[in-house]
Parts: sequence; structure tokens; C-alpha cells
Amino acid sequence: MREALRQGPAERDKPVMDSTIASPQVTYLNHEHTLASWLLTKDHKRIGLLYMGVVTFAFFLGGIFATLIRMELATPAGDLVSADTYNKMFTMHGVAMVFFVLIPAVPAILGNFILPLMLGAKDVAFPKLNLLSWYIFVIGFLFTVYAMVTGGVDTGWTFYTPYSSQASNTNVMATGLGVFITGFASILTGLNFMVTIHRMRAPGLTWFRLPLFVWAVYATSLVQILGTPVIAITVLALAIERFLGFPIFDPANGGDPVLFQHMFWFYSHPAVYIMILPPMGAISEVIAAFSRKSIFGYSFVAFSSLAIAVFGFLVWAHHMFISGISVYAALVFSFLTYAVAIPSAVKTFNWAATMYKGAIWLKAPMIWAIAFLGLFLVGGLTGLFTASLGVDVHLHDTYFVVAHFHFIMVGGAIMGYFAGLHYWWPKITGRMYSDIWAKVAAVIVFVGFNLTFGPQFILGYLGMPRRYHVYPEEFQVLNVLSSAGASILALGYILIAIYLVASIIRGEAAGNNPWHATGLEWTTQSPPLPHNFAEQPVVTEEAYAYEKREVTVG
Amino acid sequence: MSHISSKSAYYAIFGALMALTGVTVAVAFVPLGAFNFPVAISIAITKATLVILFFMHAKYSSRLTKLFVGTAFFFLAILLGLSLTDYLSRRFQTYPGGSGGAGYATEPPPPTLPEPEPSEGEEH
Amino acid sequence: MADGAVAHAHDHHHADLQHHFDTLEQQHEAATLGMWLFLVTEVLFFGGLFLAYMLYRVWYPEAWAAGSLELDITLGTINTAVLIGSSLTMALAVRAAQTGMQKATINWVLATMVLGLTFLVIKYFEYAEKVEHAHVPGWLGGGFDPSLPRPVELYFSLYFVMTGLHATHMVIGFGILSVIAWMAYKGRFTREWNTPVEISGLYWHFVDIVWIFLFPLLYLVDRAHGAGM
Repeated sequence: MREALRQGPAERDKPVMDSTIASPQVTYLNHEHTLASWLLTKDHKRIGLLYMGVVTFAFFLGGIFATLIRMELATPAGDLVSADTYNKMFTMHGVAMVFFVLIPAVPAILGNFILPLMLGAKDVAFPKLNLLSWYIFVIGFLFTVYAMVTGGVDTGWTFYTPYSSQASNTNVMATGLGVFITGFASILTGLNFMVTIHRMRAPGLTWFRLPLFVWAVYATSLVQILGTPVIAITVLALAIERFLGFPIFDPANGGDPVLFQHMFWFYSHPAVYIMILPPMGAISEVIAAFSRKSIFGYSFVAFSSLAIAVFGFLVWAHHMFISGISVYAALVFSFLTYAVAIPSAVKTFNWAATMYKGAIWLKAPMIWAIAFLGLFLVGGLTGLFTASLGVDVHLHDTYFVVAHFHFIMVGGAIMGYFAGLHYWWPKITGRMYSDIWAKVAAVIVFVGFNLTFGPQFILGYLGMPRRYHVYPEEFQVLNVLSSAGASILALGYILIAIYLVASIIRGEAAGNNPWHATGLEWTTQSPPLPHNFAEQPVVTEEAYAYEKREVTVG
Repeated sequence: MSHISSKSAYYAIFGALMALTGVTVAVAFVPLGAFNFPVAISIAITKATLVILFFMHAKYSSRLTKLFVGTAFFFLAILLGLSLTDYLSRRFQTYPGGSGGAGYATEPPPPTLPEPEPSEGEEH
Repeated sequence: MADGAVAHAHDHHHADLQHHFDTLEQQHEAATLGMWLFLVTEVLFFGGLFLAYMLYRVWYPEAWAAGSLELDITLGTINTAVLIGSSLTMALAVRAAQTGMQKATINWVLATMVLGLTFLVIKYFEYAEKVEHAHVPGWLGGGFDPSLPRPVELYFSLYFVMTGLHATHMVIGFGILSVIAWMAYKGRFTREWNTPVEISGLYWHFVDIVWIFLFPLLYLVDRAHGAGM
């Protein structure tokens, strides 16, 4: 393989022009240059890039808050910031990362870009709505940033009442408004994608010939449509109680603060499936391409995506085991939570089975995918610890939970995002990045990540509570390890930004299909034409027909 | 393209909806105890079904549309139903003046120290 | 599934066919599917409030009954009839557009708007009466009536949020219908393409359905007894 690549891409994947000079082909990037052509674009590819800009900024913003958190936690005393300020740090870290990075990252960036290409379509079903979604997303983000810079919010990203509705004197309203608004972007994107998948598939592209990324995005859209409205009404009710004094959750008037939690988690649990399903879809694509094999148990993986989406709506109160809900309800939710782990496990087994006896090609995307498998496994298994009702009484609100969800969210979702980003980067930009540096960055991120969050499992088990900026001295060693890991992690992320930007400036031209992968997106040029395909593609084969695409090394 | 209903079909549905409205108001004044609520909700569901099937043409739409409609109400049922597993099984203290709600025992058993004997089987 | 293979030759030149669709039929199916999906989100949006309502009704049946009795059942019934009537006129407007009858389309849309406005006016009078009787919760009305039990304020919180959200949707619907009326006036709708009328109709009927549930839940809690469920 290395030999073949040193000679440049395979013959049939070469672009028409000489790959060493800038290609004069018309692409979605160069056919219009004005600012208006970007800000008023209806092209799903440009909209994907617009999202990438905002999400990347939000990621760095959330990262700054994380840095401050880890700096404070390097010492047991609360010596960097006050308790109130620390509360704001973790709140804003959570809000930025959950709503403006994890929820949109893969669907709004990679989904927007790749989905129509994968379907052989010219665009999504509602291009203007797609642009509107981006503007809504940005406006929500601006409200939230405004809230952050004018004093912040300290309720936790979970906004529990009655603190958020009555006691907190921070920018709850502005942040709530930001979250409310940005939720509509999520809803409209999900709506757009669902209709696109239902009605705009290429001729011959039956449901069971779809790439698994499409199934994943479809399942995600289902969750976005059914779940997001509930957090919208929850935040609206909170705002009305806080701003107008209407009792809704207020116990003094007979209201139930736990009702807020029911309503909040009815969305926020399925939300984590919005965050993980699309990266899982990207992982399916990457593992298939870099094992040169069809995904083992294709239909099981497809149905598992749907099962995760549906089951994900049945488990929300596992976040509330010790909030005062009835123990009988807790039993029901604990049982259902075990059930929701099953489809995720099915997928993990199937990915591993795909790699077994595959022709593994260890390029950067595959490194990310393999990292994903290990970290997601740990994250998922530790979820079972917390799903167990009795164990959760001990673990709830400790660093064990923090470690669990970071293994899923960062080790799973973010790694999956990077796997997809590195896989589709040549398609998006028409350039290859440095594979060596990409692998180095992946290893740095992997090491940094494990060092950051591994110790937190132990800390949580030993009883260190979350959301506290002071802790007993005996926890300091593990905290220092965690903070050290965080700095390594940060370096890894910065390195990714460097070589990706460098690839745009001086990367080698990618050609149509540098990975020799299946999928309609690889049959068109890189970067794609403004309207994606020169001719309407017609699909005649299964999704991962790698046996028909032997690439000889030589 | 789409199914076009006749005007008389629409008027018929309108008539049915008005009649059902009259029924629901009339029945509201009849003391049926705990049945007032299910009757009212059933009538509302019937009216909503008529609007969805005939005014919104769901009856003549694709299976996919019908699936979407069903899905919305299914998940609404989950939201309401699973939350109820909490609220109907809680031993709660309602605000003084409330009626004790769902009718479960509101007196928790007095706290006891753990007994040395293993067999207990205490009921709540 | 999209079937671009069957060519509808005249569609390629149809002014209303957007470039990323192959046929008018595909475009129409996508538009209606999209609106149905949006309505699915609306069901869940209102659904959260129904959860709150349901829980508190179970907990405070007497307060719920007391609050409900404070509402004017005559005005509520009239409003229900008005809104159902507006659904009829909307359905007839869609039918007129589907059969290419421009004048009838405009008239039925305007009738729908008039009925919608009637609903909102009646609602205004109901709200005004609530303000007068100090039944507005929180800080807006200058304090809730202290003679009523505490949970009744909770009831009115939900009353105002649910009917207020519903009324907001009606105002938005009114705006949408004025655009539709204008487009109809400009002759934009034909037998082949009248999708905006149809999907606006779907939205309007949904708003009607929400009220179909709000009416018994808010106005008819315990009209028979005066106390208890």
C-alpha cells in the first residue's frame, strides 16, 4: 500500500489534471468567492463548513473552560477561583460542549456535507431551511456567548430547579434562550435529513444498500425530532417561572422540582444518542474502508441504530435515581437502561468482527476508529455500573460519572468525529493531510485522554464528588495526573488544527477516491462540483462491495 | 396528485365535530365521578382523529405519513406514561389541602434499625 | 422512494420545480412529509405541558376543579366551535386550491383568518377577565388571589402557558395565512402546484387539534360537582 501511495493515487482515481499543480476544475469552493455567496449559500457543502467554523470555535471555548477547571483541580484548595466562579466554569464548559459541539458536530458538519453525496442527491430536501438552521444555530450560540461574557451562568448545564428558577442570580435567561433557539436548528436539521433520506435517494439505492452512516443519521434525526421539542418547552417553562414568577416547578406553590428533571432528561438522555449515533456511523464507514470488508452484520448494525434511538427514549430517569423519584420507577428505568446497552454492544462486536480477517490499512482515520472502539467500550461498560441502581447510589454525582460520560463523549463521539473528519477531509477539501502527523496527533490525544479521564474513575469510586472546586488532600495525586493528561490532550487537538490547516495550503491533491472506498461520495471529484454529480448516479450494488475493488500493493 | 375530498364530506366531518363538542360539554355536567375525565379525553381523541384523518387527509396519505402520526403520539404516550410510573408510585406529601393524589398509602413505615434476623419481607 | 427514472418532461420546465428535485411529485411529497415531521415536533412541544398538567391534576384535583370553574365555559365552547369552523374553511380553501379555483381559495383563506381572529378576540376578553379577578399568577397581575388555595395558582400558570402558547401558534398561523392569501391573490397556485396551501392547512389543523384537547382539559375539569374529580 505504501508503495502504491508513494506513486500517487491509483490510475482510475487520478483527477484529470496533473495532481501536482492546482487543479482548475470547478468545485463548490471556487465557483463563487464573495462573502454573500457563503453567507447566503444554499449549498449543503458550504453550510457544513459554516457549521464547522462555529462548532470549532465553540470547542475551543469549551476547552478554555475545561482548562480552567483542570487548573483549579490541580490543587486541593480552592485557590484559583471562588466557588461561584468554579460553578460557572463547569456550567459553561457543559453548555458549550453539549449544545454547540457534541450535538451538531457530526450531523451538522459531516452529515450536511456527506449525506446528499452518499445518497446521490444534488442537495438536501430543503436547502433554504438548511441555511436558516445555521443562522438559528448561530443566533442561539451568540445568546449563549453573551451570557458567558456578561457574568456567566452557574446552575450546571442541567439547569435544575429551584436553583435556576429562583435562587441563581446569573444569566440563566440568556443561556436558556440560547439553548431554546439553538434547539430549533437541531430540529430543522433532523427534519431536513429525514425527508432527504426518504425522498431523495438515487435510483437503485434501496434502504438496505444505504451506507450505515445514513442509517445512523436517520436514527439521529428521529431523536432530534422527537426529543428536542421537549427541552424547548422545558427551558421555556423555566424561563416563564423565572421571569414572570409563574409557579410551575416551585414547591412553595405545590410544584414539583423533579418534574423539571423529568422533562429535562426526557430530551437530554436521547440527546446523548444524538451525540454518539452519527460518530458511530462514521466509524462504520471508516472500519469498512480500512478493513476492505463489508461491515459484519450490516442489517444488525442498521437496526441497532434505530433501536438505540427508540430505546434511548425509555431510560431518562436513570439520571434521577437519587433525586426523589419512586424506587419502583427507578427499578423500571434501571432495567430499561440495561436494555439500551444491548444494541450498542451489538455494534461494537460487529465492528470488531469486521476487522477480523480484514485487510487492515492503518491510515489515520483507522487509528481514530480503533481508539474509538476501545474507549467507547470502556465508556459503555462503565455506563452499566451507573445503570445499576444500588451502585449508582454510591457513584451518582461523583467523578465516576464524569469519567463515564467523557469516555463516551470524547473517547467515543469526538474520536468518531475525528475519524470521520480525517476520512472525508480529502473529499471536502480536495487535499491530503500529512498521515504521519495525523497518526502522531491521534496517539497524543489517546494518551492524553486516558491520562485525563482514567484517574477520574478511581476518584469517583473513592468518593470525590463532582462540581466541587475543593477536595480532600488524598485525592490530589490522581487529580494532578488528570490535569496533566488534559494538557497533553489539548496539545493533541492543537496539533490536529495545525496539520489540517497546513493541508489546505500545501497538501497533495486528493483525487476522487484516495482511500479506494465504496460509496457514491467517492465517485465524484474532490472537492465536489457545486451540484455534486455531473450525472445522476445509479446504484446497482450493495453498500460495501469491497470484494469487487481489489487494490494491489506493489 | 393528492386526494381531493368532496365538499359534502368536509361538511359531514364538521357536523360530527360540532356534535361531539356539544356532547362533551353536556356530559361534563353529568356527575360520572372518575369517569368524567376518560369520557372527555375519549371524545377529544375522537375529534382529533377525525381532523387528522379527513381534514388533514391522513387517511389518503402514504403509509409513511401515517407512521409519523402514530410515532408522535406513541412517544407522547411514553413521555406521559413512563413519568407516571414515578408519580403514581411515589409516596408523596401533597400540599396541605390536597387530597393525597393517587390513593396510595401516604404514611411511610416508621424507620427501624436493621434487625439481626434475615427473614423480613416487609411490605411498603 | 425517489423515482427519477420516470421522466415527467414538462416538470423540467415548470417554474415551481426547485432544481434539486426531479419531479413536482417528489417535491410535493417532500414538502408534505416535512410539514408532518414539523407537526410531530409540535406534538412533543405541547406534550411537555400536558405532562405537567397531568401530574398536578392527579395531585391537586380540588384545586384543578376550582381553577376550571373560574373559566367561562360559554366563551370556551364558542371558541371551540369557531376553531373547528376555521378548520372547515381551511380544508375548503385547500380543496379550492387543488381544483384551481383562485377566488374561492382566497375567500376560504380569508374566512379562516376571520374565524381565527375571532378566536383570539374572545381569548383576549377571557384573559382580561382573569386579570380583573386576580387570577394571573406570578408578578404580572399584581399578585394572585390570596383567597384561593395555593395550587390554584399552579393551575392558572399552566392555563396561561398552554393557552398562551396555543394563541402564539395561532398568531403565527394568521401570519402564514395572510401570505397564502396574498400568493393566491397573485395567482400563484394552480392545479399542478398548490403545496403551500396544503401544508399551511396541515399547520392550521394541528393548532385546532391542540385546542380540541385544551378545551376539555382546562374548561371541563369538574363541572358536575364543584369539587373533587
